Amino acid sequence: MRDKQIENLKDYKYGFSTDIESFKAPKGLNEEVIRFISNIKKEPDWLLQWRLKAFERLKVLKEPNWQKPKYPKIDYQDLYYYSAPKSFKEKPKNLEDLDPKLLETYKKLGIPLQEQKRLNGIAVDAVFDSVSVATTFKDTLTEKGIIFCSISEAIQKHPDLVKKYLGSVIPITDHFFATLNSAVFTDGSFVYIPPNVKCPMELSTYFRINASDTGQFERTLIIADKGSYVSYLEGCTAPMRDENQLHAANVELIALDDAEIKYSTVQNWYPGDKDGKGGIYNFVTKRGLCKGKNSKISWTQVETGSAITWKYPSCILKGDNSIGEFYSIAITNNHQKADTGTKMIHLGKNTKSKIISKGISAGKSDMTYRGLVDISKNASNSTNYTQCDSLLMGNKCGAHTIPYIKNKNSNSNIAHEATTSKISEDQLHYCQQRGLNQEEAVGLIVNGFCKEVLQQLPMEFAVEAQKLVGISLEGSVG
Amino acid sequence: MEQKLKTDFDKFISSSNFSNQEIKLKKTALDNFLKNGFPSRKLENWKFSDIQQIIKKNIGELKFYNDYKIENEINEDIYIKEIEHNKIVIVNGKVERLNFEYEESDKIILTTLDNFNQNSNEDNSLLSLNNCFSNKIHNILLKKNYSFKKPLIIYQITNEKVSNTNINFQLNFELEENSSIKIINISDDNSQKNFMNNLFNFNLGKNAILKNYKLERKTNTNIKYDYSSIIHKENSISEIFIFSSGSDYIKNEVNCNLEGQYSSAFINGIHLLSKNKHHEIRTKTKHLYENTKSYQLIKSVIDDSSKSVYQGKIYVDSKAQKTDGYQLSKALLLNEQAEFNAKPELEIYADDVKCSHGSASGSLDENSIFYLMSRGLDQKTAKELLINGFLLEVVEKITDEEIKKLIKNMIGLN
Repeated sequence: MRDKQIENLKDYKYGFSTDIESFKAPKGLNEEVIRFISNIKKEPDWLLQWRLKAFERLKVLKEPNWQKPKYPKIDYQDLYYYSAPKSFKEKPKNLEDLDPKLLETYKKLGIPLQEQKRLNGIAVDAVFDSVSVATTFKDTLTEKGIIFCSISEAIQKHPDLVKKYLGSVIPITDHFFATLNSAVFTDGSFVYIPPNVKCPMELSTYFRINASDTGQFERTLIIADKGSYVSYLEGCTAPMRDENQLHAANVELIALDDAEIKYSTVQNWYPGDKDGKGGIYNFVTKRGLCKGKNSKISWTQVETGSAITWKYPSCILKGDNSIGEFYSIAITNNHQKADTGTKMIHLGKNTKSKIISKGISAGKSDMTYRGLVDISKNASNSTNYTQCDSLLMGNKCGAHTIPYIKNKNSNSNIAHEATTSKISEDQLHYCQQRGLNQEEAVGLIVNGFCKEVLQQLPMEFAVEAQKLVGISLEGSVG
Repeated sequence: MEQKLKTDFDKFISSSNFSNQEIKLKKTALDNFLKNGFPSRKLENWKFSDIQQIIKKNIGELKFYNDYKIENEINEDIYIKEIEHNKIVIVNGKVERLNFEYEESDKIILTTLDNFNQNSNEDNSLLSLNNCFSNKIHNILLKKNYSFKKPLIIYQITNEKVSNTNINFQLNFELEENSSIKIINISDDNSQKNFMNNLFNFNLGKNAILKNYKLERKTNTNIKYDYSSIIHKENSISEIFIFSSGSDYIKNEVNCNLEGQYSSAFINGIHLLSKNKHHEIRTKTKHLYENTKSYQLIKSVIDDSSKSVYQGKIYVDSKAQKTDGYQLSKALLLNEQAEFNAKPELEIYADDVKCSHGSASGSLDENSIFYLMSRGLDQKTAKELLINGFLLEVVEKITDEEIKKLIKNMIGLN
């Protein structure tokens, strides 16, 4: 397969580099690179045109600058926009080659050795094992008519669905990073749940067979048809070490009549070292559309990684009686910065939304909750409840809350509450008196603080997220 | 507009007798304003109220030249009779009368400033505009340990002589250690379609107390911007009350800097809007030292197709441990067309703080109306009763009993 691709490359009239080791498109962002990506993925012409349209739009767009975390200017011409899976040669041969810190984290998370190996693609047998496991799942899914594959595969096999829904929630005319993604996205997941089907298991990128390196510009599209239900888990519970500086993914969710989508994320990308060097810029656009009546979209996120997190999973409540939910824990330590929150846009009647956001900042980090609740004129009898609490550890970090509240309908109610506080000495003293050391005590108190959100996660995830919360805050006390 | 500004500025300077120093500062202010123009929604602070558009739509071409030589008559009927008070009467941006008859004259120093504060705020070009076109700036200094015996009422009057004009006015107060003053601002507008830009600077020394009540009731089509800056030294207290209801458009902005320990700032506001009004209150309290406090309570009652906006920011510096910051905004939307926008913001860099904000908006509670009606009230009375109760909470925060009574009578809340 790869040979074939290389062959294609050689034939490619613009003569791109064909270095096997790295297997990348030439640096830079231009029309040729986009054509290259489209070509190598054998995309139909409409998609290429769609990408090019996005690129045209990108030329006139400016990078947004209203956010709290400032970052050094990104040179978009200095990035690779396509990078195929690296060869195994580059990967560590055994566990001993790995960063000991990474191993330590695995240990604390309680991930079995086999899985540790798989996560790093070390032992081939482990990979094979999981492939067979994944196939079993795939059979169950196919039986029910559920489509779960990579978006590249979906473009080939289910072009109608992709064409109908791609860009319907995040149009190519959206903001800078979303449009950039539309122009150059490489891979991602595609899920379609047929009418009246309850997906029997939690879907996750983890189980997807061809979940090869998804790269920095992922595109995920999830469609829940009438009366269906799906719970989707994104990311990995173990640290994902991504070399890329910029991660600009787009996630689109569409819920039709009576459908429900539950989307959970545990994001633990590389946050940079203690001095704030390195780390991922996680600039992600996530948006869900409650298109049908009585539909529901629920976002749950645990954000502990990345140098800069900048994302607002949003819900557009278009269908009458639709429901949007957002549960978030964001933890920043050392020099991490997070500007995250949600947008709830109420368009339909009797729509409801709920926002629970917990922010914890430690070290020299900065944490911002930024949210929008917009109840339009026609959204009568809509309600929103927002609660955002922040916890500060030390006086070198910052916690900020910036909610925008717009109410244009007199029959609708909006309630917003926010508090900022620290862990009280009394609580710490009480725990320590009962034999916990300081770090355990902090972990316990923080977990209590986050409980409302952790409860929303699927079982297995919740346990690991809980541990992750503890690990992220390590060394922040005292 | 640029040409108009320049010619009006030259006319203004040549017809007044400013010192060279003042002219120089005014020129810089003009340049600042020319560079930025009127604020638009592109600026975060003006997101909900695009004053550039509002002026363009409601006034059109603005005149910047204001003749301060005209002697204006004062209609004394508007004076408040219920309480004895000192007066400052301002007509069309010009101070016509300064009367401190109840005070000891040696305890107050009245001067005009020629070295005014530049306030070159990057996203507030209106301050530059004010510095540029305001008349001589009066400075009122209260000497150490002196408390005003009677309240000071500032009457801000406009008459029919002005229209389509930008009126700028600026006043400075300096409160030395242990001094205190109560100020009531009352506006009486008989003009239409002007853009008024008021700027008040307060400097509070140690233990000083400022109480400022701003009442804006008379219906008019003027567009107003009112900016107060309050700087707090140790243990000083400020209490601001805003009642905004009359003009078509007002933005009240209160900036408090809590620079000394144990200082506190209280801001309470009411929006009572009907027809097609657009009012905004923006508060910014900066906690810059340990053990400071701030409270904000803003309530809006919005009818017809009016729009109420509240933007409140609490900033806590990393030095300002043991800060108490509390903010609450509530809105009642009485009509389908009414709109309420809020942006309650916290920016916190210290860990040992207690800060919270809350915002709620919605309609009158049907159950409460039902309860009152089942006890024999008609629907209209029941609604009025609930609205009065809703607003009364804010009025009750006024700490001066005499003034509280006066204000209750004036705005018809009992």
